[in-house]
Amino acid sequence: MALLVRDLRLAVRQSSDGVMVLSFYVIAIVLFPLGLGPDPQTLASLAPGLLCVAALLAAILSLEGLFRSDYEDGSLELMAVSPNDLAVQVLAKITAHWITTGLPLILATPFLAFLLNLPVQALFTLMLAMVLATPSLSLIGAVGASLTVGARRSGVLISVLVLPLYIPVLIFAVSAIDAVLLTYSPKPHLMLLGAIFVAALPLCTITSTIALRQALE
Amino acid sequence: MHRYANPSRFIRIADTIFPWAGGIMITAFAIGLYLALLKSPADYQQSEMVRIMYIHVPAAWMALFTYAFMALSSAAVLIWKHPIALLSAKAAAPIGASFTVICLATGSLWGKPMWGTWWVWDARLTSVLILLFLYLGYIALINAFDETERGGKAASLLALVGAVNLPIIKYSVDWWNTLHQPASVFRLDGPAIHPDMLWPLIIMAIAFKMFLLTTLVTRIKSELIAARVQNVQRSLHGNLADGRG
Repeated sequence: MALLVRDLRLAVRQSSDGVMVLSFYVIAIVLFPLGLGPDPQTLASLAPGLLCVAALLAAILSLEGLFRSDYEDGSLELMAVSPNDLAVQVLAKITAHWITTGLPLILATPFLAFLLNLPVQALFTLMLAMVLATPSLSLIGAVGASLTVGARRSGVLISVLVLPLYIPVLIFAVSAIDAVLLTYSPKPHLMLLGAIFVAALPLCTITSTIALRQALE
Repeated sequence: MHRYANPSRFIRIADTIFPWAGGIMITAFAIGLYLALLKSPADYQQSEMVRIMYIHVPAAWMALFTYAFMALSSAAVLIWKHPIALLSAKAAAPIGASFTVICLATGSLWGKPMWGTWWVWDARLTSVLILLFLYLGYIALINAFDETERGGKAASLLALVGAVNLPIIKYSVDWWNTLHQPASVFRLDGPAIHPDMLWPLIIMAIAFKMFLLTTLVTRIKSELIAARVQNVQRSLHGNLADGRG
């Protein structure tokens, strides 16, 4: 808990990562109407995919810093020898990552959805899908970040490792929104997104804890 | 298990396996290719195109099998710190990636005349593509560290994480009813494929498996020898440095 507060305070004081991620998200979305042409119909049909892909790429940007600074200044070693369980601390760090990057992405999404002319009836599902998807992005990303701690060119490497694992999240998030647009029920897709989150919560936390322990050996 | 961790013993075993596996591979390829390309009947719907299947399906099986092998070896690395297991997983990765590429390429060649398209975003195709990315990610990660030991461990963890993809590939044709046809060989009610086509397929599968075994054994052996050369060089340099000092 203290670690969560510390990470949040660090993020607020430096405030670079969250702002960077958010501005990447906004700029990427703004580029699409310029590249695809401003036809509202086309944009509306592409909007679910564009929003999800841009959010996913924005989330990847911030992953490199998740454990790196703590690894470099030795805080990670102190965490590993502290009486608290390392897994809990890793989870706290992932939560802090989600609050500083996932949450701003969610908050920015409705505005960007208007920019892309997404029909209003899909907005609620879009938000729900983002709320369910972004924690999974942070969790799965943490695995990639912990595996590449101390590696050469870790930024590129994280993308190579994590993007294939993000694909299920992307597929179900987009199909949930598409389902609403086609007037089907988005429920099964949202439930699968939730299932991914619930499965990733313990599995990814444990995996990245193991990976960090190995990095410190 | 640990008996085989000794490099010299492993090389001895590898040397005995190699000629047998190589011999079976050559025979199986000769018989299998003859049966598959010349002897087996053309399909009533797909005509001669069906012969692509004799490469495509064994390559797909081997892509999955090699990944499963890599994941099991990686588990052995993490649990017992087994040195040969790490080498075998490392050696298997490029072979598995090649099988995956062969599988995707032949599938694409078959898809153009049969489905009318090189590629569709079908569940089976997508999950096999992810498998290829996992192989490439493993290879990238194992080479990304200055200390080789750390790279080996990180990549082993990744191999285990990626193993969730295997059941997804296997059952993708049942879960998502898209373009790729469902399983016709490994089924509870017996294979739904005529023996004239099943036998060439099985023989080709054996040939592919022996190909994996021979290349794998050769690659592990060369890795072991490379490590030995490096050790000798290091100790030589050490002696020279001592002599000067």
